[in-house]
Amino acid sequence: MRPVFVAGAGMIPFERQDENTLGDILAGAGLAALDDVDLGKHEVGAVYLGNMASGLFNHQVSVASALVDRLALIPAAAERIENGPASGGSAVKNGVLAVASGYYDVVLVVGGEKMRDVIGPKATDIVAAMTHPHAEYIYGLTLPAMAGMFTRLYMEKYGVTREHLAMVAIKNQENGITNPYAHIQMKITMEGILEHPQSHINSPIIADPLHLYDCCPVSDGGAAVVLVSEEIAKTLKKPMVQIAGFGQATDTHTLAEREDPTELKAVRLAAVQAFSRAGLKPKDIDVAELHDAFTILEIAESEQAGFFKMGEGAKAVERGDTRIGGKLPINPSGGLKARGHPVGATGVAQIVDLVWQLRGEAGENQVEGAKNGFSLNFGGFGNNVLAFVLRRIS
Amino acid sequence: MDLEVEAYLRPPEMDMPPYPPKVITLATGGKMVVRQATREDVPTILQAVKPTIEIERDFYDIVGVRVYAELLGWYRHRMRDMFCLIGQIDGYLVGQVNTRAYSEKLDISLHTLAIERGLRIGAHLFAAKMEYSFEYLGREEVLITAESPIGFRRWMIEYELELREGQHELGGAAPYALTRELYYKHKDRLVAGERPVPDKLMEVAEREIKVVSEQDIVEKILGAKRRIKR
Repeated sequence: MRPVFVAGAGMIPFERQDENTLGDILAGAGLAALDDVDLGKHEVGAVYLGNMASGLFNHQVSVASALVDRLALIPAAAERIENGPASGGSAVKNGVLAVASGYYDVVLVVGGEKMRDVIGPKATDIVAAMTHPHAEYIYGLTLPAMAGMFTRLYMEKYGVTREHLAMVAIKNQENGITNPYAHIQMKITMEGILEHPQSHINSPIIADPLHLYDCCPVSDGGAAVVLVSEEIAKTLKKPMVQIAGFGQATDTHTLAEREDPTELKAVRLAAVQAFSRAGLKPKDIDVAELHDAFTILEIAESEQAGFFKMGEGAKAVERGDTRIGGKLPINPSGGLKARGHPVGATGVAQIVDLVWQLRGEAGENQVEGAKNGFSLNFGGFGNNVLAFVLRRIS
Repeated sequence: MDLEVEAYLRPPEMDMPPYPPKVITLATGGKMVVRQATREDVPTILQAVKPTIEIERDFYDIVGVRVYAELLGWYRHRMRDMFCLIGQIDGYLVGQVNTRAYSEKLDISLHTLAIERGLRIGAHLFAAKMEYSFEYLGREEVLITAESPIGFRRWMIEYELELREGQHELGGAAPYALTRELYYKHKDRLVAGERPVPDKLMEVAEREIKVVSEQDIVEKILGAKRRIKR
């Protein structure tokens, strides 16, 4: 297998994009990544598009075929990759394999979703379509409901408190303020979302014990990367960022079938694979983008991925270890919580944010001297997870 | 002005006890003072309403022109028994709500217009005007409609409003009712605020209703981002 590098990275702002179609969003992201690199005579051989539910959100299918045409990349190969909220991560993985195998030298990976074409409850229902149809969905289970039950168990087992969850929300929204691509650019306070006697009106219960500010927004947005072989990467002017390793693992579809529902086995296995392939360890990572669709997930994933011992993730948040400037900054972009979570875009956006970090292009959100980065894209409720380790080559 | 003719044109006015001001702590930790506006405040409030009338997003244009007409009608004595509550943060106007009395038992909710978004300003102000109608004016029911899907979600769904026969006076839209019973059922979950307002906060709010620039209003409503060049 050949080493694979990220030559171009781009994103369009995550927000409510009433004026843009899904096609506009995907093309905008793709162009942003292509504009970030001078490919010279090299042509894009294939396009992989991470998108979860264009058929349901936008009544549109075959979106990858439409995208290559829109970007004037015909006759490049093109397909849409669907893996729930990890669709973006899966698209990146397929792009990596395509270049690593030697079959293509240049691949464009785009992730995007336009979720705000439907009202909030409908969006929640579409996302809930990934649950087990007979064992979960028919009983009204949604992703926030799953996360709520998971949070309750995690709190009981590891002593995580609502204060810890609020600390994650406050940190990530603070990071979002200086991220020009973030959906939410608003500072929140412990008083306003938790401590004040009437804070429950500002941050009402979504799925006990999760409140509004524990949940990511529903967003429209897109992100893209251009992946190239080492031979091409060496000819480019930008710092070389390698996708040093990835891992992917699955777990049971239903939560009830898991031996210990608080154990995110697929997160652990995907992370172990990614680190092993990269030849690095969690302690070598300088910056991480984790899948905080709900605040509890940032804490749980930081433990299961090996950055902290089990039960220590919340304490790390409390100590400020995960802030920009801390020992291991997590979600300096604002994460899903503030940058937003257009489901198919997220896994690609995480890679884009890491590339900017490793190139030193992350502006006010820069983690000084970042050389190695880690991302985790969480599909389903942890039943299909992708992890990536990125490395800047000096 | 021919005062004799004017006397015929002006609608009669019902006595209304004043709305006691309150302060709401927002998710940002910021303090929003909610208080009753007077007729004399209308020209200032209209400065903030005017830029909204060309914003299509979330039906701000329709709400904006209607609010403008309602406030102007109230200011120039062509609108009967209306009240207007405003929200201010550090003196700055962040939203307004207005309602008109139909009788001593029934109010007609007119509009909620939030200039600052993402902080439940509109939801807090809407709750405040319902609080005024039920707790201070003693109404039995308030008729409500919504122009935007956001309004529908915030009022019809969150308060479980009852659909009524007939037409709302806002263009004949379907009327929904918040009854006294429904109001008290949802009060703890939706109505925020503390009284009395600390003197310092009240003094800042009453000293001046500040209005941000027209461009800022448009950007706030459209959700324009802080775009930092990297």
